[in-house]
Amino acid sequence: MITFTIEDRDGTRQALEIPEGINLSLMEVLKASDYNILATCGGMALCATCHVQVLEGLEALPPAQDTELDMLDTLPNADSDSRLACQIRVNESLEGAIFAIRGEDQ
Amino acid sequence: MITTDICIIGAGPVGLFAVFEAGLLKMRCHLIDALPQVGGQLSEIYPQKPIYDIPGYPEVKAQTLVDNLMDQIAPFKPGFTLGERVEALEKQDDGSYVITTNEGTAVQCQVVVIAGGLGCFEPRKPEITNLEQFEGKGVAYMVKNPELFRDRRVVLAGGGDSALDWTIFLADIAQEVTLIHRSDSFRGAPDSAEKVVELARQGRIKLLLQSNITSIHGNGHLKEVSVTAKDKSVQILAADHLIPLFGLTPKLGPIADWGLHIDKSAISVNTVDYSTNVERIYAIGDINTYPGKLKLILCGFHEAALMCQSAFHYVYPNQKLSFKYTTVNGVPTF
Repeated sequence: MITFTIEDRDGTRQALEIPEGINLSLMEVLKASDYNILATCGGMALCATCHVQVLEGLEALPPAQDTELDMLDTLPNADSDSRLACQIRVNESLEGAIFAIRGEDQ
Repeated sequence: MITTDICIIGAGPVGLFAVFEAGLLKMRCHLIDALPQVGGQLSEIYPQKPIYDIPGYPEVKAQTLVDNLMDQIAPFKPGFTLGERVEALEKQDDGSYVITTNEGTAVQCQVVVIAGGLGCFEPRKPEITNLEQFEGKGVAYMVKNPELFRDRRVVLAGGGDSALDWTIFLADIAQEVTLIHRSDSFRGAPDSAEKVVELARQGRIKLLLQSNITSIHGNGHLKEVSVTAKDKSVQILAADHLIPLFGLTPKLGPIADWGLHIDKSAISVNTVDYSTNVERIYAIGDINTYPGKLKLILCGFHEAALMCQSAFHYVYPNQKLSFKYTTVNGVPTF
């Protein structure tokens, strides 16, 4: 199992346990776990509504590609630890990470 | 005033295919889209990307699909109003609707079909508490008429191509130009970024990197912008205009105020015919929601077909609809 923590907009934290080997993005896991995120574009890095801040574990994640960086750069509230949840695959690199939800709510 | 049977809001693939299904039933369509061309997301965002789940096409480029849809609906001669955003919807005494755009175009129709995909693309706004109070009073999200900024003090915010390009352009026009960017590097075109840095080096513009606008002030019109740097230091800039350029984000727009049931930024529909809670208004494609909804183009095509069977009864209230295959009838035009 891969375990990581999600901090919701109100600061509450919840640990999520996800089986290894599933082919899902963090955005899909968040939606499936009933987190209130828009993810309007469905995972194409076009809307940035699945914006998350990586509070812990940023260095272990695969680096963002150009598409993600381009979109993050349009966000007024993005920072150096910002990522798009739709561009993060859920795998061992997420073990122990803490993500704070920053995108617009629904 | 334009009169038609069905007014389709959104000229993406699903809106276009709805014209075909309507045409088979002898219903005329007029499409309105905020974008200046048809094709929606496919043409605007990923025209050269291949799509693999359209029946009969092992692979088709997004723009090719749009072009083919335009060929397919050509016999039905739909009307188009492009580059205008739907603003108002007014029900008439006879049950029909009049839809008005931001440019004043009016369309009277028996049935409204919302095929708006992700929604309208609107400017993404920074989190500044009183920002909206100053919209039109110093704050603008695009540059429509550069002359408005001649000899004025202009603050731009953002790090993409728009922010860079307008900073370079306005440096020759405005009295004072300041570009504020949250990062210390730019993702925009390297050439434009170099020009901006050079302008700053020459003292022709002010460049504040690793900084964000945290508040704005004024008395009826913008006067000052407060900027907080990464090191928490704050400086106040005198400003006549603030132009935040943070790209576009999809929103439902005015449709959200039409009394439709909205669930998580999508319009709830009845899966029998994809009708909404408001009579004569349907929603098809990515903009609708129902249990089991899949945001796929092919699902939108199916929804368009069922919607038209239902809409027929409003367009031809005295006629009985008999279902026929195109293999029987071909594509009968008007």
